[in-house]
Formats: sequence, structure tokens, C-alpha cells
Amino acid sequence: MELFFETLTGLREKLATKKVSPTEVLDALKKRVEAVEPSIRAFNHIDWETARAEAAALTPEDLAKPLGGVPVAIKDVMAVKGQPLTCSSRILKGFVSPYDACVIEKLRAAGAIPLGRANMDEFAMGSSTENSADGPTHNPWDTGRIPGGSSGGSAACVSADEAIVALGSDTGGSIRQPAALCGCVGLKPTYGRVSRYGLVAFASSLDQIGPLSKTVEDSARILQVIAGHDARDNTSAAEPVPDYLSGLNQGVKGLKLGVPKEYFIHGIDPEVEKIIRDAIQHLSDLGAEIVDISLPHTNYALASYYIVAPAEASANLARFDGVRYGARVKDGKDVIDTYCRTREKGFGSEVKRRIILGTYVLSSGYYDAYYLRAQKVRTLIRRDFSEAFGKCDAILTPTTPTPAFKIGEKTEDPMQMYLADVFTIAVNMAGICGLSLPCGFAAQGKHGRLPVGLQIIGKAFDEATLLRVGQAYEQSTEWRKERPACA
Amino acid sequence: MDVSYVAHLARLALSQDEITRFQSQLSGVLEHVGQMQKLDVEGIEPTAHASPVYNVFREDVELPSLPVEDALKNAPQQANNLIIMPKIVE
Amino acid sequence: MEYEAVIGLEVHVQVKTHSKMFCGCKNEFGAPPNTHTCPVCLGMPGVLPTPNLEAVKKTVLTGLMLGCEINRICKFDRKSYFYPDMPKNYQISQYDQPLCLDGGVVLGKYAFPKDAQKDPIASAKKNVRLIRIHLEEDVAKSFHFETTSGIDFNRAGTPLMEIVTQADIASPEEAFAFLSTLQQTLSQARISDADMEKGQLRCDCNISVRPKGQLEFGTKCEIKNMNSISGVRRAVAYEITRQIQTISNGGKISQETRRWDDAAGQTYLMRTKEQAHDYRYFPDPDLMPMRTDLGLVESMKQQMPETPSMREERYMRDYALNDYDASVLSSDIDLSHYFEGVLNAAQGDRQKVAKAIANFIINDLLGLLGGADQTLADCKIMPEHFGGLVSCVDAGKISSKQAKEVFVEMFATGKEPSTIIQEKGMVQISDEGALESFAKQAIEANPKSVDDYRAGKMAALNALKGQAIKLSKGKANPQLIGEVLEKLLNA
Ligand SMILES: [Mg+2]
Ligand SMILES: [Zn+2]
Repeated sequence: MELFFETLTGLREKLATKKVSPTEVLDALKKRVEAVEPSIRAFNHIDWETARAEAAALTPEDLAKPLGGVPVAIKDVMAVKGQPLTCSSRILKGFVSPYDACVIEKLRAAGAIPLGRANMDEFAMGSSTENSADGPTHNPWDTGRIPGGSSGGSAACVSADEAIVALGSDTGGSIRQPAALCGCVGLKPTYGRVSRYGLVAFASSLDQIGPLSKTVEDSARILQVIAGHDARDNTSAAEPVPDYLSGLNQGVKGLKLGVPKEYFIHGIDPEVEKIIRDAIQHLSDLGAEIVDISLPHTNYALASYYIVAPAEASANLARFDGVRYGARVKDGKDVIDTYCRTREKGFGSEVKRRIILGTYVLSSGYYDAYYLRAQKVRTLIRRDFSEAFGKCDAILTPTTPTPAFKIGEKTEDPMQMYLADVFTIAVNMAGICGLSLPCGFAAQGKHGRLPVGLQIIGKAFDEATLLRVGQAYEQSTEWRKERPACA
Repeated sequence: MDVSYVAHLARLALSQDEITRFQSQLSGVLEHVGQMQKLDVEGIEPTAHASPVYNVFREDVELPSLPVEDALKNAPQQANNLIIMPKIVE
Repeated sequence: MEYEAVIGLEVHVQVKTHSKMFCGCKNEFGAPPNTHTCPVCLGMPGVLPTPNLEAVKKTVLTGLMLGCEINRICKFDRKSYFYPDMPKNYQISQYDQPLCLDGGVVLGKYAFPKDAQKDPIASAKKNVRLIRIHLEEDVAKSFHFETTSGIDFNRAGTPLMEIVTQADIASPEEAFAFLSTLQQTLSQARISDADMEKGQLRCDCNISVRPKGQLEFGTKCEIKNMNSISGVRRAVAYEITRQIQTISNGGKISQETRRWDDAAGQTYLMRTKEQAHDYRYFPDPDLMPMRTDLGLVESMKQQMPETPSMREERYMRDYALNDYDASVLSSDIDLSHYFEGVLNAAQGDRQKVAKAIANFIINDLLGLLGGADQTLADCKIMPEHFGGLVSCVDAGKISSKQAKEVFVEMFATGKEPSTIIQEKGMVQISDEGALESFAKQAIEANPKSVDDYRAGKMAALNALKGQAIKLSKGKANPQLIGEVLEKLLNA
């Protein structure tokens, strides 16, 4: 088997026993990237030379570390010292980060090599990776379709075996949704579990970094390394980090899994619903107790999210003004003109729309009706989940209402695009954790096979249960062995 | 929503085409978001943080700064270790 | 028509810390440009703020010293506006839950400019109420060239306290007194050096005038760019006059921001009230809220230095000084230190000695300093020498009258009192034999007074006492000579 098909777990085994060297891994990946990248376009930039130098510098001690010698693709929204950081935006063209994000430091400390800047929706705003100044990424299962977003590059590169594993970020579903649409595993940890230091902020109270991987165990290995308190992130949790691998194979017997009725009504593709129902039945067959639950404010999650996230974004993106860094228009008449036109040229349509929306809902006279009310709705959403978790250990839902849609299908109708995240957003609003993993294929698309994702939602800081349920499902099914058409 | 006014608050120049397009797209979004107004939120505390913890502080300890070259490396325009902008008029 | 001014101040004070408000860069004035910067204070993509505990503590301390209520639950908010000196184009500040609320600054007489201390208003102990004190981050410094501006981010992100007053100030002198009291309180507690000339304290004044007695406020103007406390006084005075003249001449005041030009001694229009700012405040999601009741307030209370009003109470309680003396001596920290230094050096009954020192300071020293156009720092009288002088009087070595003479000499030369006493041959006569001889001479020379005394006129004794002291060339101990006279007259 070619090295690039390896999982993280499998590759580590080979690296630890010196069956392969880190540079051989890089060479294999390079070959793969050269072969499929023209049709996938998962990366904005890959610095092979630096990666090779880093691989060559790894000592035997480094190779003994949990991620020793493993290249990790990084969504182009996390700072890696000396590498471009563009967030797929024109406004950050040419920007080179002077520092490492906390997750990058942790990856390096575990022996990993950051490799490549994965494409994304500009500033993580979008659900299709079409909002990228570098052009869209294509779904490896059907290159005429979107890979999901905003971590579309991260999902596509893992799915197409251009990367062993990748980091993404999830504000309203941006890890789980593309993972579902590309047929890989995506984990959004609990808010505060992973430091956001060095993650370019979209919506600060919702953003969280997490892994996209080929297997549940691979996600557990990455989370183990990146989780934990960081003094540079005021919102980082001081919660202890458990050993995610030790409980992985406990099975689902004795677990109560809740199924919320509100996730099976609105606009869901019948094929997707069938696949999810089968997956739930499968977990029941494995010994889990399935319980009906209700999350009554589900309908309001999307509405409140589209207040909170753009509001925070409007302030977070104010710093992109061409003063200290980034592309500045040269012929500005004065300071204000320079700002306005730098930002006009630098930002794409979706980013502009959200900045305007966010500015509006915070502006004088509208704050109470929009922002404050959305914060209150957030409280209701959190309550829904804490009540539900009184009845069950984890919750099962579809990750997305439909499989991957066609490129260009929803670009002119933002509201339709926003609905792609209808099942993932509540998890961010509540600050809890969610995992998406492949659970079947819809007979749609160019090749009649589009991946469908099962979402498992967990209590705050209970990623271990998600991984345990995910592992039980994954290991008792064969979906992980499916390869996309581009292979 | 007065798109041009709000865009200017956000220091965002827009073409006439964008103004028209955003106007209609955003009114669709606002209509959806308006659903929220149906909910009774009387007496509900707002949630600003996913898990509120109080008093997370840093001790007053000096840490190394960036070398000035690194600090200014990404600047579009600089001179004499200052970042240069078109003249700021107060 | 008579007009009155209504003035409110917004004061920004740099807080003295080692590091900046939200990052570890050094908080230092005067370093080469952009040498104290990092990704955080440059607002680079992906960075996050971490709040400096010391700055929070010092703000709470300020609040306690100014009698504020410390908010139990506080938070940081983002205040959005675009400006090149602000790296994130929002300032981390505090909006609806600031650290401190209410409180006030009492204007002591000696906080007023010297030439205004005689005005009765200076003795009125007016309380200028505060609305709030909050903590925020400072912006960068801009330098303006012909066609461009240059920005130095060393100051960006340093901790800044904003103190907002009610519109309680009625005159340029009160504005001066408010700022000098504030400056003193903050520097004494090492919260800030609060030196306006170094930009450590910056003050915007909102000024309006209205016909005396009218309740409604007039239209206000905001005055900026004062670089000293006396500059504020002059700017406020200028602006009040300008507004009154404008109105008297039938003109109207329009709401605007005006810039003080210190050299020209005038304010100039900076901008008329343009579109109202829309700061779009919202809670900063990057920063956790604060609870001040979990030990913060308690520990700051223990570290709180004595305030002028606390000192005043202590003087009245411990030394039985009257309220006037106590208020004068406590109004100025240097004066208080001086007073206490003298008291420590003086021997004798605490209350008696304290009163004597207070009298010397208030009746003699302040006048001498004023006359010589000096401040306490220039004063040549060492506290130890001052204390020694008071001890001499208390022990009866010299008379109070002699002491006054010695004091003037000490002020002029800085010499020790013992030296002066010796040089002048000033020894108080307490020897009973010598006193008896002066007493007898006085009795013989003033039979009329003797008759009056014997007829029951007690005032006659004082006349005889005065004569006897005169005969002793002022050296007779006044109390003892009185006793000797009485003894002789009643014999
Ligand atoms: Mg301020
Ligand atoms: Zn800094």
C-alpha cells in the first residue's frame, strides 16, 4: 500500500519502528499531491522545502513522540511562524506569520510537521469553500461538487489522501460539515478545550480548532496533543485532559444515546434520513440504548447564530485595514478612503455581507433587539442540551441535511447556504462538542456515491464519549475503507 | 437596513451593484433571523461565554517583544521604524 | 446678565505596570519606536488578549481611594471605531459594567492655585462627584509629517484608566484643584505618576455656560490638548469667556470639539459635531468577566494608602487639632509629611506640641513661603530643627514670642534653633529670684495697677505681667512671672 493511504495510527507504527522515515512520508505525499491536487485544489500553499528540513532535523527522541514525523495539514487560518497566513483572503496576500499558534507549538512538541496551508472559505465564512480568494476546492467524491466548508481544504486533502490528517476550525459546523461531505472524521472539541491562540478569529465565542482524520482513533490522537489549558487564551479551560485512547474501545453497551425529533423534520434529504436512521439502528444493535429527546429551540439556533457570529466577526475583521500588514490600496485619498477601498478590494462578497450584518446588529438602536436577544436565545439552547443530557450520554443527529451540493448551486442565495449548517450550529452556540463520521453513501452525484455523516454530540468536555461511540460504530462498519473517485 | 450607511461604519466601500445585491440578500437573512423575535426571552440571562469562568488574569510580568524588523516586516509602508500611513488629520 | 459655567472632565490616566494591559510587552515611555511590540499589541491575525492583574488591582485601588463603589461583576467590552493608532480598530474598554462607580474628589484649599486660595470657594471643601472609573487600553502614538503620518505602537495596549466626573465643576480653579488632587492621590499610591506634561494624565473638558440660576444646561464644547494642569485652568477660563462673550453678543454656541493652543492661549475649532459616533459596544468574547468580591476588593482595602480625608480625621482624633488646622495640614501630602516629621522630632505632650506645630505652619510658615514665592520643597527649615524649636518652647527654655523670632531666622538661614537662640542670647528666665526682682520693680512702678488689682480688676494683673516681662527684655517666663506677681500682690 502506498504510504499516503496510511492512517495516522498506521503511519506512526511504521515511523516508530523505523520502517519508514519522515522524509519518505513527505515524498509519498508530494507524489500524491502532484497527482490529485490539480483536480482537488485543497491547498493554498505547500512549503515542501521547510517541511523536508524539519523532517530531517527530527531526532530519534522526536520520532518516539506521539506524532513524531507525522505531517499535519493546517487550515490557512492558523498561524505558523514563517509561513503565509491568508485565511483565503486577498486582504492577507503576502502576510507571513511572525509567530506559531498554540496548536502548532503543541504539534511540533509532539514531533509533528505542519505541512501545507489548506484552502477554506475566506475567514472561515461559508459552507462550501467557494468563498476563497484562491478559488474553490473540489469534493474528491465528485469534483463538480463542493467539499463543504469552511474547512473544505482540510477535509478534501484528508479524504483524497493528500494528507494523513489535518487541522480545521469549527465556528458553526466548519469541521463537521465538510468532514461529512468528504467522508472523513471531524471533531469539534468543547469550547475552551483547545487554545485559540493563533487561530484567526471569526466568531470568538464560537471558534474551536479540531482534527479532520481518516479514522476516529486518529482524531483521538490529535486531540490528545492539542487539548489543554493555555494561558494566552483567556477562554481556554483549566479542565484536565483525559487519556482519549484508553477508553476508546469500551463499546456502547450501557450508553444512552438520544435522538432529537427536531433534527428529522426540516428540509432533510430522504436518503440522508434513511442512512442516519440505519446508523442509529446499528448503534442500537451494538448495545446502546436509544432514547427520544427534544431540543425545542433547535429552530432558533440558526437565527441566533447569524446574529452572534457576524457581530463578533465585524469587530474581529476590523483589524484588516492595511495599516500594519496586508494589502493596502496605494492611491487612497486620505486615511478613511484608504481603509474603505483596501477593505473593498481585500474582502470577498460573503465576508462583506457578514461584516455589514454584524455591524448592523450591533449598531445603535438595534443591539437589544438583535445581539442581546440572540445571547438570550443562546441561553435557551444551552438549557435544551443540559436537559437532554439528563436523559442521555450523547446525542445522534445527521451532520448535514443533504449530501454535497454542486459548485455554484447556492452562491447567490446566502440563506440557502446558511441552511447547510442547520444541524451543526447549535453545538457551537452551546459550547459543547460534536463529532462527525462517515455512515454511508447517498446514491447521488457524478459517481452515484456521496458520503453522509453521522453527528454525535457530547456534553462539555466529554469528547471521550464521542470518540468511544464513534470508534464502536466505525470499527463495526466498513465505511472507513471506501476511497473517493479521485483515487 | 441602510446598507451604504452600515458599510461606511465598517469602513467598507461598496459598488452600486453590491449595495443592491446585499440589500436584497441581507433582507432575506434578516427575515429569517427575525424568527427569534417570536421567542419570549423575558427574564433569560444572556450568554456571552460558552462556560463563564471569572477572574482569569495574567501576572504583571514583562515578556520579550518582537525584534522591530519582525514587527514591521508585514507593513505595506514603513520608514525609520515607524509604520507610515497617509497623513492622519484630526 | 450673570453667567455660570458647568464643567465635566474626562480624565485618562496611564497605569504604572511592568507590562502592557493585554500582553507582556514592556510598559515604558520613551523607547525607540516599535521596539515594545508583539503580535498581540500589533493586532496581528490570530492573537488574543490576556488581562494584566496589576492594572485591575490599581484601578480598584483608585476607586477605593476616591470613595467609589467597586462593581461586583465587571467585564471588558469592545468599542469599535477605525483609527490608525488603534491596532484592532476596536479598543478593549469597559461599557456598562466598569470597575468603579460613583465616588468623588474633595477639593482642599491647598489644591487650588496659590493665587486662588484666599477665595472662599477654596475653603468650601467641595466634592466633585465621579460617574465612573474604568480600565481600557491606550492607543499608539502618531507623528505627523508633511504628507504622511508615522505610527509607533509602543504605547498601544498599555493600561489606561478613564475617570469621568459629573458636571460638578464650576470654575477653572476648581478644575485645577480637581486635577491636582487627583494627581497627588494617584502618584502617592504609585498608581500613576499622572504627569500631564508626559501625557500620563490626559484631560478632556466639557464646558458649557448658562445664565445664573437657570437649570437647563447650555450647549457644551469639548476642549482637548491641554498639557499641564495650569494649561487646563487657562483653557477653561478662556473657553468660559469665549462662550459668555459669544452669547452676550447675540451669538450661539454650537456643539463642537475645540483644541487648546497653549502658546497662543486660545481654543480653536477642531471639528463640529459630526455624525454621532456609533461605537457598537459589545462584551469582548475573548475575555472572561471579573468578580471583584472574590478577594480583590478586600486585599486592595488592606493596601490602601491614607487619603487626605482619612488623614484629616486622624489629626483631629489623635492630636485634637481643630477641623481647620486638620484640613489644612492634610490637604497636601508634602505638607502632611512635613507636619508629621516635625511632630516626630518634637518632645513634649503630643496634643500640645501638635497644636504648636500647626500654629507655626499655618500662621507663619505658609505665609513666609508665599512671601518668598517658595514651595515646601524649597523650605530650609529641617523638620528636626523645627521640632527642636517647639520642644524648647514646650520646656519653657524660650518664650513663644522669642520662638517666632527664631522661626523667621530659621526660615531665612536654615540654622539650628539652638544656634540662633545662643547667638541672640535668648534664654528664658525661670529663676524665681530673678523673676521676683522684675516683679517687684513692676509693682513699685505701677501703683495704679496694684490698686486696681486689689480692687478686684483681674486685667490689671496682665498689665503688671507685661511690664515685668518688658523689664526682663522679654526673657521672663510668662507663666512663672504671673505666679510670682500674684504671690507678691496677695502677700
Ligand atoms: Mg477612553
Ligand atoms: Zn505586545
